[in-house]
Amino acid sequence: MHIRTYHELTEPDRSGLAAQIGAQRRRVAARLARVERLIAVMSGKGGVGKSYVTAHAARALARAGRRVGVLDADLNGPTAARLLGARDGPLAVREDAIEPAVGADGVRVVSMDQLLADGRPLAFRGPEAESFVWRGAAEAAALREFVADVAWGALDVLLVDLPPGLARFQELAELLPAPPAVLTVTIPTPESGDAVRRALRAALERGATPLGIVENMTGGAFAGTAADDLATEFGIPVLGRIPWHPAPDTWDRLGERL
Amino acid sequence: MKFLCVDCDRQMTFEERQLPGDGTLAVAFKCPGCGRVIALLTNPFETQLVSSLGVVIGGRTVPEQPLEMVRGMVATGKEDAFVEGRERGAASGPVWSREAQERLARVPNFVRGMVKKIYADYARERSIAEVTTAVMDAARAELGLEGM
Repeated sequence: MHIRTYHELTEPDRSGLAAQIGAQRRRVAARLARVERLIAVMSGKGGVGKSYVTAHAARALARAGRRVGVLDADLNGPTAARLLGARDGPLAVREDAIEPAVGADGVRVVSMDQLLADGRPLAFRGPEAESFVWRGAAEAAALREFVADVAWGALDVLLVDLPPGLARFQELAELLPAPPAVLTVTIPTPESGDAVRRALRAALERGATPLGIVENMTGGAFAGTAADDLATEFGIPVLGRIPWHPAPDTWDRLGERL
Repeated sequence: MKFLCVDCDRQMTFEERQLPGDGTLAVAFKCPGCGRVIALLTNPFETQLVSSLGVVIGGRTVPEQPLEMVRGMVATGKEDAFVEGRERGAASGPVWSREAQERLARVPNFVRGMVKKIYADYARERSIAEVTTAVMDAARAELGLEGM
């Protein structure tokens, strides 16, 4: 028995699932066509202050006259909206997009935090048992919608605040027409350096452009030289060192270097 | 996903989609050569996986709505997360029967605006003047609006 393969069947297919996926990708590309730069803020390590750095870098860029958006891609632990003072109030639904909230210094922001009931975790409708089968796909789709279905408008910079680890970066890179630039955040400790090294290497293997490293929580209890070590290893600059109590111009200096 | 009638060596075509309401999905495909009809049956996990991808088996018949997957699938959304920016197509929209309005009122506010828009678009595209519960049932099955 000869059975033709999937690719040999070329008759018109009403479902057109591949075409639907293609349309999703074109929607992403169309939305990002007016975004000059997309920067993924990442780290392999949790708790190093990615969202904190993202929010303050965004505000610094906005104060310098840039049009800035923040997409909170940490769907399960969203904090960017609170950090930017844009947590409350409904998001307006337009014909083909959601209007982002406008936070401190005019930064546009969309976060799952704006959509979830207070104190409730992100949960999807559907069969709870074996939810690992589909939950990853649902979160990837949510990320796609945050990119494609938000009226970001013309932006000089869209900062994407990623959760710890690699998974969300890989989902983002799959979505985008071209690999993103990455801003890497670490704390000084060697443990953080190890985790960040893996994440940064994975990002580079996906074609990402490394902008540099921000070392957060310096001058306190966390000892180490993670940022300098990574900078040397990857040949990228340390763009900023953020002490426990940043001076007023700390963020502005970081913004100037982005 | 494609289906081949091996006897005819013809690609089968989408016929109909049904949502029994238990999380499963039934999709019928027909061979254009011999007329044989088969049904693809998915379990709740498989149905959910397809929904999570943001695709519709049988193809889309109404445009994708903004944040469609998020609004349709997030179970812990807050009631006042969204506000309709303006009455979209209100001037030419269908009227809603009392029963249809009552059913719509039972939809969580998180997703209600989108659901109302989808049903209204469905009715408008078919020149249906009044959205009734029967129209909602038909749209739900035809468009694959599981849980709406």
